[in-house]
Amino acid sequence: MRFSGLKILKEGLTGNKGWTNHWRDPQPKQEYDILIIGGGGHGLSTAYYLAKNHGLKNIAVLEKGYLGGGNVGRNTTIVRANYFLPGNSEFYSHSLKLWEGLEHDLNYNVMHSQRGLINLFHSDGQRDAFARRGNAMINQGDDAILLDMEGVRDLLPYLDFEQVRFPIYGGLYHPRGGSARHDAVAWGYARGADTRGVDLIQNCEVTGIDISQGRVTGVQTTRGQISAKKVGIVVAGRSGQLAAMAGMRLPIESHVLQAFVTEGLKPCIDHVISFGMGHFYISQSDKGGLVFGGDLDFYASYAQRGNLPMKEHVMEAGMTLMPMIGKARVLRSWGGIMDMTPDGSPIIDKTDIEGLYIDCGWCYGGFKAVPASGYCFAHLLATDKHHEFASGFRLDRFKTGYGLIDEEGTGSQHNLH
Amino acid sequence: MRIPCPTCGDRDRREFYYVGDAQIINRPSPEASEDIWNDYLHNRDNPAGVTKDLWYHENGCNSWLVVTRNTTNHEVQHAELVTKLKGDGS
Ligand SMILES: Cc1cc2nc3c(=O)[nH]c(=O)nc-3n(C[C@H](O)[C@H](O)[C@H](O)COP(=O)(O)OP(=O)(O)OC[C@H]3O[C@@H](n4cnc5c(N)ncnc54)[C@H](O)[C@@H]3O)c2cc1C
Ligand SMILES: [Zn+2]
Repeated sequence: MRFSGLKILKEGLTGNKGWTNHWRDPQPKQEYDILIIGGGGHGLSTAYYLAKNHGLKNIAVLEKGYLGGGNVGRNTTIVRANYFLPGNSEFYSHSLKLWEGLEHDLNYNVMHSQRGLINLFHSDGQRDAFARRGNAMINQGDDAILLDMEGVRDLLPYLDFEQVRFPIYGGLYHPRGGSARHDAVAWGYARGADTRGVDLIQNCEVTGIDISQGRVTGVQTTRGQISAKKVGIVVAGRSGQLAAMAGMRLPIESHVLQAFVTEGLKPCIDHVISFGMGHFYISQSDKGGLVFGGDLDFYASYAQRGNLPMKEHVMEAGMTLMPMIGKARVLRSWGGIMDMTPDGSPIIDKTDIEGLYIDCGWCYGGFKAVPASGYCFAHLLATDKHHEFASGFRLDRFKTGYGLIDEEGTGSQHNLH
Repeated sequence: MRIPCPTCGDRDRREFYYVGDAQIINRPSPEASEDIWNDYLHNRDNPAGVTKDLWYHENGCNSWLVVTRNTTNHEVQHAELVTKLKGDGS
């Protein structure tokens, strides 16, 4: 089933009876060439690109719950390519290009909206740092415009510019940044993978990884044993547990990150705004809700809900930046489990076990990475070679200290990112 | 979330700084291998369930504490002074 304007018109006139399921609900087979553990954004995009770019057919995605029920459906949907360090820059640049072609590629409306992202700065030092970052973005082939205070005021007149603690000096404007409908991204990739023959198996929790003589041979699941030649672990916050099933310990600590949404309002915030000094960022969804969030709660957690101190902190920062939001009522808040690495950058690599691969460590920034991560992880799974855009995301960089990608420049240590 | 500091009693989580897994208090010897140091500095059990982690009571008695918690539901079970676990001067 292909979506088109004509099809919508036809269905509208004939009682919407012609829509079919977006994917099958297959029984797991006894054996696959490649198993992907985790049906989040990264697992689904990996399966999609394995089928599309590499022509592989005998693939299954094993998801313990339902597709898109993890972080991919819980995040605040910022899509951007404003990274600074080699290793990250080329990867996120590639990802943004994939985003820009995604709806046509998937024939699916993921509501990708390049409404522009503005990172605010509040001192001369910060201005210098953002000018440098902007230059790095331009060198990478992406877009960045350094705005002074009046430039920001033109775009965001409702901010409190004269606040005493963090007066707004300007902002780094990234016009191609924006947002997308998070679960539509999961659904679009799921449908694309299914159409190309990938089995998407839900309610199938992996409970063990079978290893024989240093080689992976399959997995144990709540729906029985499944054999495979290659296995990719793509389970975000649960990476440590899957690794433990293979006898590995990872440089990962799982933390909870919260987000908030208000009641639906008329359009008032046209961009994505990031107020780093207050650990606060905000955008407005197409339904009208103000979607905003802040920092981690800062203690290891699998609770998928956060605590009050961070809620207060986020609300205070929001009120500091734009007092007008004080009138909006918060409808809901929730949390997702983030796979935090010591340097804040991800891992796409082989493991020491033959045939076992891992894609994890996306911290709080893995939504924008969904296309490129799947693209590059599929490349690694299919060819056993690192893709040039993801060649820096090595598991052993922590051990060797070589090739750390510490975007924030705070150090390679847990609890610093 | 409240943490039962052995010196100060039940105190709000805001008074404490979180460091990470309590394995950090067992520093390997400087001569230990690269693998041991890597394990100590970076790799984590990261359990979904009961864990022990290191907290600092920065807005209280300035003690380092090993806190026993459940990571799946925020339950705080116990807190112990590091000096008591390791003996003074460590
Ligand atoms: C509040 C919040 C805001 C965020 N904001 C942004 C943002 O603005 N921009 C951005 O780029 N990123 C953002 N992120 C980060 C982003 O959401 C994640 O980095 C990314 O979604 C993680 O990859 P994923 O989609 O594959 O994860 P998930 O969707 O979590 O997928 C992992 C899947 O693995 C499954 N699984 C786990 N264990 C097993 C098992 N044993 N067997 C089978 N399946 C298993 C899970 O059920 C889950 O469906 C945010 C995250 C949160 C929580
Ligand atoms: Zn105390």
